[in-house]
Amino acid sequence: MTEPIRPNGYAPAAPSTTTTGTATAAPSTTTAATGPAAIEAHGLTKSYGKPAVRVLDGLDLRVERGAVFSLLGPNGAGKTTTVRILATLTEADSGTARVAGHDVVAERGAVRRSISLTGQFAAVDETQTGEENLRMMARLTGQSRSAARSRAAQLLERFDLTAAARRPVRTYSGGMRRRLDLAAGLVGSPEPGVFFLDEPTTGLDPRSRQELWEVVRELAARGATVLLTTQYLEEADRLADRIALLNQGRIAAEGTAAELKSRVGGHRLDLVLTSHDAYLRLASLAVHHSPETLTLGLPTDGSAAQVRALLDGLDPDGRDVERFSLHSATLDDVFLTLTSPAPAGTAGEPAAGRAPAARPAPATGTAPRPATEDASTNPEAPTHV
Amino acid sequence: MSDTAVQPRRAPARPTGTVSGPPGRAPGPLTHTAVMTARALRLSSRNIDALITSLALPIMLMLIFVYFFGGAIDTGSEYDTYVMYVVPGVLLLSAGFGAATTATAVSEDMKGGIIDRFRSLDVGGTPVLAGHVAASTVRNLCATALVFGVALLIGFRPAATWSGWLLAAVVLIAYIVALSWLSAAIGLLARTPEAASGFTFFMSFLPYPSSAFVRTESMPDWLHGFADHQPITPAIESLRGLLLGQEMGGTPWIALAWAAGMLTVAIAASGTLFRIRTR
Repeated sequence: MTEPIRPNGYAPAAPSTTTTGTATAAPSTTTAATGPAAIEAHGLTKSYGKPAVRVLDGLDLRVERGAVFSLLGPNGAGKTTTVRILATLTEADSGTARVAGHDVVAERGAVRRSISLTGQFAAVDETQTGEENLRMMARLTGQSRSAARSRAAQLLERFDLTAAARRPVRTYSGGMRRRLDLAAGLVGSPEPGVFFLDEPTTGLDPRSRQELWEVVRELAARGATVLLTTQYLEEADRLADRIALLNQGRIAAEGTAAELKSRVGGHRLDLVLTSHDAYLRLASLAVHHSPETLTLGLPTDGSAAQVRALLDGLDPDGRDVERFSLHSATLDDVFLTLTSPAPAGTAGEPAAGRAPAARPAPATGTAPRPATEDASTNPEAPTHV
Repeated sequence: MSDTAVQPRRAPARPTGTVSGPPGRAPGPLTHTAVMTARALRLSSRNIDALITSLALPIMLMLIFVYFFGGAIDTGSEYDTYVMYVVPGVLLLSAGFGAATTATAVSEDMKGGIIDRFRSLDVGGTPVLAGHVAASTVRNLCATALVFGVALLIGFRPAATWSGWLLAAVVLIAYIVALSWLSAAIGLLARTPEAASGFTFFMSFLPYPSSAFVRTESMPDWLHGFADHQPITPAIESLRGLLLGQEMGGTPWIALAWAAGMLTVAIAASGTLFRIRTR
């Protein structure tokens, strides 16, 4: 079950293998496989530091024009590095990439003029006002003073920041800051362009996150191509036409949310066990662990025959399983199944506890999402250390 | 240098600059430098604490030297009062202090995401640094004007010719620019703004082992040699000579050569460091 059915797209003929099977499954890709892709990358590799740590290990990617594409992965998977290479901020060690039809190395200027980048760190000046920031960015793209002023006013209006336009950015809430950041990225880019949003909602409260999702939907509605990185599976599920799971510098799986969910059998059988011993005995077979309630989740296709067989196989004496329930698989299940380093959860340590190693796993391991915790120690962003 | 703050305006009749389209032509480094200078000036005008410090500290130091230590320092019979001797040194000292804040500003930029934003707008490292250096120069000239005003109040009586004034201004501005750019390079070298401000200590300290406050002959031999041949001394000697109308030969040109050398090294080093930091 941990084996991806399609061993990702990095066969030599990568673009065609990824697109042929999916031309029907991507509703918003208007030009489908025939037109030039908005983003196309082949065999990207990148290592950092001494001794070299390989962050990207032969990454292939194709994002159709007008698509919302989500790059999903745990910290250190290479999400930020991928975005930085595609946005011309970092050069890959090997491999090629084209964005909006231009090569990211040879035609860097053309790429920069057709993209908008919003990184993990708010890229605006704290002590300038929102309006001053936007006018400055507009001036940097070569617009006249008056054009810069009207462009800034227009963007402030669009991102609902007009009331705060004359306040210094340090007085803004997290959500306002991200909106300003997005607006700053739009200042000189023609629309619809290509948008890179690197973890745009990390650290935002639920309401701000909702607002940002609206912004992304609006961009998509205007025909923009959006490449969004996130560690929130729900976000990818809600926003993206297609999702790629990035793990250890490679695409571990790619497809629509529905396609990815079907990879893990489509359903999850949750078992509530009677004893801790039974929990430990069966933990290594499960993709979902909840030690405090002695609950394990196993992938299944949901058919009565398979569920019955599973129950009989796991608990032949009929003593270990107290209750069971059946759910449709979530992206969390896909994520955990496809990105596990080993067959999930060994030696009583639940897979869900492996990312934040700071606390004793079984006792307090309530974290339902494994990868959302340690953004501060993100090894993907060495230039910001 | 402060001329870079003048923005090259585009002809208003030109029909480019449509709000949502890309600019007709990519703007050049001069436009970028002008915008970056305006930004750096705006940022420093809002950093009130740092601004007050950079304006008040040199005056405090001058008053301390003139009134606390001055009475005990023998500067020879050429100078009626200590204030006549010490003002050029204080000017250079305040240039060092003022330039040092550039390191912190550059380091702050490197810490956040703003450099990525600028790069994604196709703005190179040099315009960003040049903006900080230009703002530092403007700040320093304000501080210099204040120091000079107070110096006149407490008895400094310059006797310079017109060409002397001009050359003195050129030497001082050249040092401010060179030290600011050196400081920008330090800002790129340091990993945190705190470290950056620590690293610039030597720059603020360099005027002390020179002829700024005492005659170098009064120092021990080994220090005397260093003090006579370090880059700050020719600048102080030229300012003193030019402002007091003394005969001084080629010293101003030696000072300018030092400034040009430091500036060249600083620009080259900062270019390399910027590429390394943004790789």
